[in-house]
Amino acid sequence: MLNRISTYLYLRPKLVLALLLLPPLIWFLVVYIGSLITLLINSFFSLDSFTGQIVREFTLKTYAKLFDPSNMMIFARTTVMAALVTFTCALLAFPLSYYMARFASPRMKTLLYMAVTLPLWSSYVVRVYSWKLILAQEGIISWLANLLHIDGLLNWYLSLPVVGGPSLSISYTGVFLVFVYIWLPYMVIPIQTALERVPKSLIEASSDLGAQPSQTFRSVILPLAFPGVIAGSIFTFSLTLGDFIVPQLFGNSAYTIGRAVLSFQGTSNNIPLAAAFTMGPILIMIVYLLIARKLGAFDAL
Amino acid sequence: MSESAILFKNVSRHFGEVKAVDDVTLEIRDGEFFSMLGPSGSGKTTCLRMIAGFERPSAGQIFLYGQDVSNLPPYERSVNTVFQDYALFPHMTIEENIAYGLMIKGVSKEDRIKQVGEMLELVRLPGYGGRKPSQLSGGQRQRVALARALINHPKVLLLDEPLGALDLKLRQQMQVELKNIQREVGITFIFVTHDQEEALTMSDRIAVFNEGNVEQIGTPADIYEHPQSSFVAGFVGVSNLLSGEVAKRITGVEDKFSIRPEKIHFAKADGRAGADSYQASGNIRDVIYLGLYTRYLVELDGGGDLVVVEQNLKSTSMDVMQAKGQPVQLFWKKEHISRLGG
Repeated sequence: MLNRISTYLYLRPKLVLALLLLPPLIWFLVVYIGSLITLLINSFFSLDSFTGQIVREFTLKTYAKLFDPSNMMIFARTTVMAALVTFTCALLAFPLSYYMARFASPRMKTLLYMAVTLPLWSSYVVRVYSWKLILAQEGIISWLANLLHIDGLLNWYLSLPVVGGPSLSISYTGVFLVFVYIWLPYMVIPIQTALERVPKSLIEASSDLGAQPSQTFRSVILPLAFPGVIAGSIFTFSLTLGDFIVPQLFGNSAYTIGRAVLSFQGTSNNIPLAAAFTMGPILIMIVYLLIARKLGAFDAL
Repeated sequence: MSESAILFKNVSRHFGEVKAVDDVTLEIRDGEFFSMLGPSGSGKTTCLRMIAGFERPSAGQIFLYGQDVSNLPPYERSVNTVFQDYALFPHMTIEENIAYGLMIKGVSKEDRIKQVGEMLELVRLPGYGGRKPSQLSGGQRQRVALARALINHPKVLLLDEPLGALDLKLRQQMQVELKNIQREVGITFIFVTHDQEEALTMSDRIAVFNEGNVEQIGTPADIYEHPQSSFVAGFVGVSNLLSGEVAKRITGVEDKFSIRPEKIHFAKADGRAGADSYQASGNIRDVIYLGLYTRYLVELDGGGDLVVVEQNLKSTSMDVMQAKGQPVQLFWKKEHISRLGG
């Protein structure tokens, strides 16, 4: 019986292909594309502010609301935060990835790989809350600052506008630090993979042709690792854009995109505005990818 | 006596316990096409990489036109390498690849474009400058790698099995082309290969490597006709090795000898060898017809085997098959036998 099924399928490769692709295709169409389309449709509806009912008629009113100064501030704030987090993650991840890909012994590489990915094994919420302990007013950092007699410096920093706050655990600095911490693995792994794929002979060829190590790095290694940096930055950038837990726990009352969406659809039941808001990060990501392409990120693919 | 391009003085390279190169001394002359021939792991590539500067000798010194370069980094030596996998930069166009060395040196853009044009002409790829390496075939990439190295006018060009990835026809064509380019530019070429035919075709001189040592250095004819060790006799071409009792019976001396199969001739059953020849008798045990020539396996009367090849100048496959099982007399000139010693 089994034999006959095998033979039947062997002779019909197209059927096999269809059977293999059907589940992921259904998943992709219904869950991904379907929900995106639902979002898109909802974003063209509006909320009747008097009755609190959703008016299911096509309108651009909801999109117009996005251009309110307070909403524009939310976009700007989140995008700047995402850009800073991405840039810092790339800066931290590159040397580590470079060491892992080029110099580390196989044993050391496994160890570092574990160290980088180990945090992903535990719950996101647990990790985020543990930072509460580190950053809180009586937390590890202020304890350390007291110990080193630099608590004056810490207090001065917290008194600064924008980056400061009542404590590190309620400030943009806190949000930034936690974001960098939780998204760093998503930057290390793609860069490391990209660097690993640069053949050693290319680096030898460059130095053979007269390039000093710094020139080789600029002309050969960096351009070839760039797609990895872009792949990592897509993770860190979009994850930061959409996250609502970290800003909620560590931020002040100022909204980010994630928090705004959560509050619009949860608290105020303004699903159209929440939907329109989520179109924001999608648009920002598209612009980001276009810029990356212009910079030649995908040339070496 | 011409100046030496490369001089190895008692050079060793050890990787832990492994002696990749062990106390090698050799001289490569200015302007010659020099091949390093040997099986994989024989140390030939490590020698090449030490000339390029990718490896440093554990002991000994390497001189490039009289200058001790043993501890210079690759970017401070005027040698260039054509890599086995070509190592073209995938994110650059062919033009940018070839101009890379000039760009590093700070040559102006107009000059670069002009010289790249000349190089593309030399390797017969004009008009390909704008393409990416991925759009080229293996043979074309090979030429680009060659152009990228030659544009820097190195004192010595190193080629690390550059033809290994090409199919037979293209390889033979590139062998001729490489030799022509070398004549044209007049640079010393050092060519690493495990293919003895390739080495014999192209080289002015060959060094045969085995287990980290140089077994023999000489012209292709020298290496082929007068191998000095059983390794060289076996690795370069096909050889019959005679030793012990069999050697003593034929030559009168108990030592190791090698004789090439094509140097042995069949004689008529009652034929007598002259004073300048050795003689042996036996039976043809096997006949292998190979088109251009036929290979016979002869079992000698007093024990031992000899392989004999003969060109099929007049005989057809039917003729040669008749020979199986026939008794034969074999003879060969004394000067064609090599005493290996050791």
